[in-house]
Amino acid sequence: MTNSLGERLWTGEEIVSGVKEDRSFLDQVLNFYCSKIKKEGPEINCFTFFSESALAQQQSVLRQRIEAKEDLPLAGLPVSVKDNIAVEGMPLTCASKILENYYPSYSATAVERLVKAGAIIIGKTNLDEFAMGSSSEYSYFGPVKNPRDKRKVSGGSSGGSAASVAGGFCPVALGSDTGGSVRQPASFCGVLGLKPSYGRVSRYGLTAFGSSLDQIGVFANNSRDLSLILNAVSGQDKKDSTSSALPPFSAEKHESLQPEKLKVGILQDFLKPASADVIESFAKAEEFFKNQGAQVQDVFFPELQYSVPAYYIIATAEASSNLSRYDGARYGFRSKGRLNSLGEMYKQSRSQGFGEEVTRRIILGAFVLSEGYSDKYYQKATKVRKLLLSGINKLFDKYDILLSPTTPTTAFDLGSHGQDPVSMYSSDVCTVLANLTGVPSLSVPCGVSEKTKMPVGLQIIANRNQEQKLMSVSSFFQQGFC
Amino acid sequence: MTKRAQNNQLTGKYEPVIGLEVHCQLKTRTKLFCSCPQSFAQTPNSNVCPVCSGAPGVLPVLNKKAVDYAIKMALAVGAKINPESVFARKQYFYPDLPKGYQITQFDKPYCEGGGVRLAGGKYIPLTRIHLEEDAGKSVHSAEGTFVDLNRAGIPLIEIVSEPSISSPQEASEYLKKLRAIVRYLGICDGNLEEGSFRCDANVSLKPKGSKKLGARCEIKNLNSFRNIEKSLVYEIYRQADLLDAGQRVAVQTRLWDPALSRTKAMRDKEESEDYRYFPEPDLPRLFLEKERVSSIDASLPELPDAKGERFLKDYLINYEESQILTSDRDLASFFETLVAKRSESLPIPLIARWVCGEYLREMRADEAWTLKNLRVPGDKFLLLLECVAQQKISQRAGKKVFKLMVAEGGDPLDLIRREKLEQVSDKSIIKKACEEILHKSKAQVDEYLSGKEKVFAYFVGQVLRQTGGNFNPQSLNEVLKELLQEKKKQ
Repeated sequence: MTNSLGERLWTGEEIVSGVKEDRSFLDQVLNFYCSKIKKEGPEINCFTFFSESALAQQQSVLRQRIEAKEDLPLAGLPVSVKDNIAVEGMPLTCASKILENYYPSYSATAVERLVKAGAIIIGKTNLDEFAMGSSSEYSYFGPVKNPRDKRKVSGGSSGGSAASVAGGFCPVALGSDTGGSVRQPASFCGVLGLKPSYGRVSRYGLTAFGSSLDQIGVFANNSRDLSLILNAVSGQDKKDSTSSALPPFSAEKHESLQPEKLKVGILQDFLKPASADVIESFAKAEEFFKNQGAQVQDVFFPELQYSVPAYYIIATAEASSNLSRYDGARYGFRSKGRLNSLGEMYKQSRSQGFGEEVTRRIILGAFVLSEGYSDKYYQKATKVRKLLLSGINKLFDKYDILLSPTTPTTAFDLGSHGQDPVSMYSSDVCTVLANLTGVPSLSVPCGVSEKTKMPVGLQIIANRNQEQKLMSVSSFFQQGFC
Repeated sequence: MTKRAQNNQLTGKYEPVIGLEVHCQLKTRTKLFCSCPQSFAQTPNSNVCPVCSGAPGVLPVLNKKAVDYAIKMALAVGAKINPESVFARKQYFYPDLPKGYQITQFDKPYCEGGGVRLAGGKYIPLTRIHLEEDAGKSVHSAEGTFVDLNRAGIPLIEIVSEPSISSPQEASEYLKKLRAIVRYLGICDGNLEEGSFRCDANVSLKPKGSKKLGARCEIKNLNSFRNIEKSLVYEIYRQADLLDAGQRVAVQTRLWDPALSRTKAMRDKEESEDYRYFPEPDLPRLFLEKERVSSIDASLPELPDAKGERFLKDYLINYEESQILTSDRDLASFFETLVAKRSESLPIPLIARWVCGEYLREMRADEAWTLKNLRVPGDKFLLLLECVAQQKISQRAGKKVFKLMVAEGGDPLDLIRREKLEQVSDKSIIKKACEEILHKSKAQVDEYLSGKEKVFAYFVGQVLRQTGGNFNPQSLNEVLKELLQEKKKQ
C-alpha cells in the first residue's frame, strides 16, 4: 500500500507474513528501514535514539526464535517507541536534559509484549519534553518536522512517533496520549492514531505525566496494522493496578459493520473553534456516513467549554507530583554549579534540567494543589470531570460513536505558537474529553485541506472498552472515503 | 516526677493535653508497593528495585498482606473499618523520599475511631489509623551524606490518638499497651530503638478546668520509653514556664535531644510545609469487603485485655500481676506453660508472684535472656517453686538458689543439697538448737519473762545465725514459744 507521502511501502501485516515465509525478507525489511532512517531521519528529527548495532542484535535474537518455531504474531515488525516509554538497553530521555543520559533498568510492559510477539524496536522517537506540548517543538533535542511539509510541526507530544510512521521509517509506532498527544500528531501527519480506553494498555514503564489521563497509544497507516499492534500490547498487567481486567483486545474478531444501524453523534461544540478548511473536510466525512445510511445527528454538550481548563488543572497537578522524582539526588542531571545546600541542589538541578514548558506546568500544578487554592482549582476540576463523565455516558446511551475534527486546524508552522502557550493549549480542545472520561478515541485521515495542503483528521470516539467498534468504523471509513 | 515538678504549681494551674502519633512497621515479607523483601540491617540499597527507588515509569501495586495486618490492628482496638478508602500523595522534597511524595492516606483513611484502655481503667480514644509507606534513611558520615533506600516502601500504619492523654506516665502506658497489641497480633516488632515502632507527640497546656486547648508543639525523635517520658515532662514545664511568664507558646515542631535532655525548635508553623495532598491516581480505591474483615476477625488471637481478665478469674492472681503477665504475649504463654506443667499442689499465685518478681528481674538484667531463649528453663524453675511450696526450703533460700541457677545453670535440687539449704522442719533438731541458745542467753530470757516480748526476735536471730538459717520459720516460732512458755511456768 502507499503511505501518506505516496510511497509504496509494506504494511505491517505484509512484513509479518513475509518474514514467516522467507527468512531473508527480514534482512531486506530491516536494511530498507535502516538506510531510510540514516538518510532521511536526521532532517525530520523524529528519532532520539537509533542504533544499527541494537538493531543487529535484535535481528539475530529474532532469527533464532523464528528457527525455534516460536509463536510470533509480530515477527519482524519494526516499531518505533516514544522516548518516554522504557526500553531496556536504550536511553529513556523524555526529550529532557534532566534525563539526557538515563538508561532504564527495565522495559515497559507494552514493550515487553511487543518484543515477546517478535517485534523489532527500531528506535526511540522524539517528543515534547515529558510529553508536555502539542507540537514536538519543546524537545531538548530540537523540534520534529512534519514529513509532509518540513516547515510545519508534526504535532505533539508524540510528534516523533507520528512522523516516523508518516515518513515511512516504520509501519507502526507507540506513543502516549494524555490530552491528545497521539491523535493530534496523527491528524497533523496524516496517519491513524488511537488512544485506547484508560486501563486498556498497561502504563508500567510509561514515564508518568498525568497518571489519571495517560494512556499508551498506537500509530499506523491502516486499521489492520493498528489492530495488530493494539492486540499485542493491550490486556491487564499486574504491575499496573489501574489496568483493566477486561479480556485483551483481539485483532481476530471483526465486527461486520452495518452502517444503516450506526447511530452517529456530531459534536457540534468541537466544530465551533475549527477553521473553515477543517470544517469543509469534516463535512465530507459527515456526508459519507449519511450516504452510507447511518443515522447522523447533531449533539450539543455545553459542559465541554470547561474541559480544557479542567484538563490543564488536573494534568498539571498530577505532573507537578510525577516530576518531583527528578531532583538530581539519585539519577539524571545534577547541576554542576556550586551547591551550598540541599535546597540549592534541588533548585539548580531542576531549573537547569527542565525546559520552559515543563517548568511552567510544574509551577501551575503545584499552585492548583496548594493549600487554599486546591478547592478553587483542583477540586473544582475534578467536579467538571465527573460532569463530563456523566454527560458522555448519556450520549453513549443514544449514539454508537461521536465524531468531530481531531484538531481545529491543520498542522501549523514551526515556531508559530512560541510566545503564547495558551493558544497552543486550546489546540487540544477536541481531544481532552476522551482522556478526562477514559473512553477510546481515534484519529483517522480525512482528506487534505484545500487551503494548507495538509492532512485533516477525523476523530471517532466510542464508549469505554469499545475499541473493536472504533476499529470497524475507522476501517469502514478509510476504505470507503476518499 | 522530677523534684522540680513536685515544687511547681503546674499540677494546680495547668492540665497537659497530649496526643500521640505512632508509626508501626508491619512485618510483611515484602514492601508495601513492590516485591522487594524487607529485612533489618542489610547492606545499604540491597533491597531496592525500580519501584521503591522511584525510577521513571514505575507504578505501585498494593501488598494485600499489609492491608490484612492493618485490618487486624483496627479490629484489635475496636475501630470502624471504612469499606472504601483512598490513598493520597503527601508531597515534599527530601533525598530519602525517592518519588518526591509519600503514598499515604489523607482524608479517607481505612480506619477511624476505636481506642485503648489503660490499666487504671482510663480509655484513650483513637482518631484514626492509616496505611502508608516508610521513607528511606539518610546516612551521615565523614565522607558526606548517603541515602539508603532499604527502608523506603516498608509498610507502616500510623495510629493517631485523640488529645486525651493527660500525663507523661499515661503516654508511656498508652504506648506500652499499643506495643503489646501489635506484638500480640504479630504484625510489628514494636522495637523503638530499631525504629520499627516510632512515636511523635503533640503537647499543649490548658488552664485547669478549661475546655479551650492551648498552642501545641509536636515533638519528634522519641526513640525509647524513657525519652518519651522525659521529653514530655520537659516540654510541659517549658510551656508552663512560658505561660507563667505571660508569654505565648509558639506552634512548633520540636526535636528531642537525648544528650542534652531538652527539646529544641525545629520549625515554626509559618515554615511548615504545604504537602499538596491529592488522591494517588496510580492506585484504585481500597475496598474492604465485610467477608475479608470478618474472616480476619475470626483469626485474631486473644488480646491483652481479654487475657488479663481471664488470668484474674481463672488463676486468682492479683490485678497488678495479671497486667504484668499479659503485657507480653510470650510472657503470658510462658506463665501458662508453667501453670499447665505444675503439680497440683503448687499454688498458681505463687508462680505468678515468682515470675513477676524474681524471674523478670533477673531476665531483664540480661539482654541475651529472652522468652525465646531462656536462661532458666521452665521445668527447672517449677522444680524450685515446688521446693518452696512444700517448704523444703525457705523463700529466702529459694531466691538464693534461683540466683545460682541463673549464674551457673544446673538443677535446683543439686544446688539445695550442695549449699545445704534444705529447710529443717524436724522439731526435735530445732528444739535442741533453741535450748542451746536460751541457755546461753540468760539475761535476755529474764527480760522476756519480765514482759519484754520484743526480745523474741533476738532468739530467732540467734538460732538462725548459729545454725545457718535453714530452719522452717514457722516450726522455729512454735518451738521457741513452747520453750519460753515452759520457762514462764517454772
